[in-house]
Amino acid sequence: MHVREQAADFQRFGERYGAQWTPTILELDPQGAEQHRVEGFLETNDFLAQLTLGLGKTAFKAKRWQDAEKRFREVVDRYPSSDAAAEALYWAGVSRYKASGDATALADTAAAFGKRYRDSPWAKKSSIWKA
Amino acid sequence: MEISWRHDVDQVLKDAKAQDKPVLLDFSAAPM
Repeated sequence: MHVREQAADFQRFGERYGAQWTPTILELDPQGAEQHRVEGFLETNDFLAQLTLGLGKTAFKAKRWQDAEKRFREVVDRYPSSDAAAEALYWAGVSRYKASGDATALADTAAAFGKRYRDSPWAKKSSIWKA
Repeated sequence: MEISWRHDVDQVLKDAKAQDKPVLLDFSAAPM
């Protein structure tokens, strides 16, 4: 929706979803519920990484753990230098744990953060899982 | 990843629900 070309829709949906700045892109699940939000301009790879991260979050909230992990791993593998990669690595580990109930999935994720994205907030969040 | 952009938002939301598909909702001020 363009702020001028679709002004009425822009205002109506902007109020519904609390979008007050452009560019804002929302990923909605099939029921119309927001799953992920991207605000501000991003370069192509960062943008695609964010979209894939959002698909992972959508699958995660639907408890489709294997699909979620696949999407999160895709972010890390295809867009390893993107800002979304560290968050995706974190949630990939959580998704694997949810699917298996095996806590080694979390320990492995913490170990992975010892090798990459060590300065990210997600590395700190995963530090509690260290074996 | 191919995105099919549409402008009829109300219909898009109905279709997404019926077809069980996610939606990208883009709020833009980019030059047309």
